[in-house]
Amino acid sequence: MKPRHKSVETKYMEEREEFFRSLRKLDRRSFIKLSTAALGAVAVQGLVPPNSFQPVTLATGPTMQGAGNAFRIAYISDSHLYEKDVNDRFVRALMRAVDDVNALDPQPDFVFYGGDLAQLGQPKELELGAGILKNLKAPLKIMVGEHDWFLDMGEKWRALFGEPTYSWDHKGIHFVTLLSVVEKDFWTARGMTPMERMKTVAGLDNSVQSPFSVGEAQREWLRNDLAKYPDDTPVVVFSHSPLYKLYRPWNFWTDDAEEVQALLKRFQNVVVLHGHTHQMLTNRIGNIHFHGFLATAWPWPYAPQGLPELTIEMARPDPFNPQDGCGDGDALVHPDGLVDKVYNFWNRNPVTVARNYTASWGKEGIPPQPNRPSY
Amino acid sequence: MSSNKRKAVIVLAGAVLVGLVFVTIDRTPAGEVQAVTRQETEKEEGQALADSLMAQWKLKNPDRMDDWVAEEKERHTIQPPADNTDVLKGGQGEGHSYGKYTERDLLLWARETEKLVVEGSRIFHDAAALQGTVGVSCDMCHPHAANTHPETYPKFQVQMGRVALLRDMINWCIEQPVRGQRLAPDDARMRALEAYIYAQRKGTELSYGKH
Repeated sequence: MKPRHKSVETKYMEEREEFFRSLRKLDRRSFIKLSTAALGAVAVQGLVPPNSFQPVTLATGPTMQGAGNAFRIAYISDSHLYEKDVNDRFVRALMRAVDDVNALDPQPDFVFYGGDLAQLGQPKELELGAGILKNLKAPLKIMVGEHDWFLDMGEKWRALFGEPTYSWDHKGIHFVTLLSVVEKDFWTARGMTPMERMKTVAGLDNSVQSPFSVGEAQREWLRNDLAKYPDDTPVVVFSHSPLYKLYRPWNFWTDDAEEVQALLKRFQNVVVLHGHTHQMLTNRIGNIHFHGFLATAWPWPYAPQGLPELTIEMARPDPFNPQDGCGDGDALVHPDGLVDKVYNFWNRNPVTVARNYTASWGKEGIPPQPNRPSY
Repeated sequence: MSSNKRKAVIVLAGAVLVGLVFVTIDRTPAGEVQAVTRQETEKEEGQALADSLMAQWKLKNPDRMDDWVAEEKERHTIQPPADNTDVLKGGQGEGHSYGKYTERDLLLWARETEKLVVEGSRIFHDAAALQGTVGVSCDMCHPHAANTHPETYPKFQVQMGRVALLRDMINWCIEQPVRGQRLAPDDARMRALEAYIYAQRKGTELSYGKH
């Protein structure tokens, strides 16, 4: 029995096929008529085709005006690409994010990709992602997620994107990118093939895998890297895992979080921007302000325990819209290192978590509450 | 055979039988200990025999899953079923034809129930088992069956435009995000998926109609 109601995506796919079928045998006049009609129909129904121009409305407020040397960076994260003939939903989502960022005016200083570019770490998936990200006009900085790494332990990644751990300075801010999804070896004793290992890590709730960590080697690297900077240097750390301990069963967790935080303790302001959690997340531990990235692929539910107090949840996503709860975003980085974090939700109003929200421990600049809380 | 001989054979057989009966039923305490020890030894021998047969079978079938329930439980933790030890208490159980339970019954119930739940977990986490066509499995949006909220059904499902049960929503998810074929309500896979989803929500208050 045919279902009475179709999801947004089914409607989109049907219209798209219909459109391309009819395009094949058109003369010029009919083509113009048809395309105008199609655009009109799409506009009336409120459906937004992919790859379309998406102006990003940013909330403005006193925290953003007169920002002086503040600069903007954009982010895209967690695309979980399959090859196009397996699943083009995630591909279209990443293309939409790239269009969003390219439509920003003025362009951000750089775009940061938050990890999990591929879903199963396959070379074709990584190449597909790299190809799509090449369309970005602004410079790209990229980070490893567990889905990118555990098939070949970073062989393809290094070939495409270089070393996973690096740092650079920009307009007085020191940026660090960490590979924070290091896992203790669980696969050798079990005699797993690389794909079995990848599929184990790819399951968020798969408890055979080990918890994420930064690891001794990288902590040593970080210590040496930070050594030459005085305490008043603003530091921004990009990490895939959150660098604090939220919920172990889903690896919303960094096992050596305390050690990493200790290395960052002496700085006045540290901001950690992390992926992996696919949701709005805000936290502050001492001098470190944590913000999560949205995913382009799908949203995760909130963990049943361990949610930081400062987190205002995003409204529960509507499963009938496959892009609800997803998006991209940007951050206005102030000279003191604190950020105004903008969550650019698709098909929703953007939400800004301004710097004074975490700076005031949640007393000022409170973002709007969700109308549909978690179950 | 002459009737006399036949009688003799019958009497002899009877005597042997009676003798066997006396041998097996030993009423003296020492005799009881003997019988129990013999039973235990027989049990151990039997177990050893069964173990060696199983090992041989495993050698012949190396790719068959060893203990799929334990393996799946190791991968994805599930909520255990309810604790039923209360049914072992209470005097009214005595003399009840079908209501006198033992520990073994409880173990059987728990294992069988868990087996269905674990089968549900296995399907839940496997796009191929769901017969999806886009490589999407349920756990991609619902780790540990989070956000499945079975306690809120039946409810008016706004996006469907009608009142839905949990299985309607499961079918919707299989058709749309997972892009597979919808399951019949009594399909073994649907029953397993429902079992898993309900199990993971153990202890949550029922609240039908909650949006």
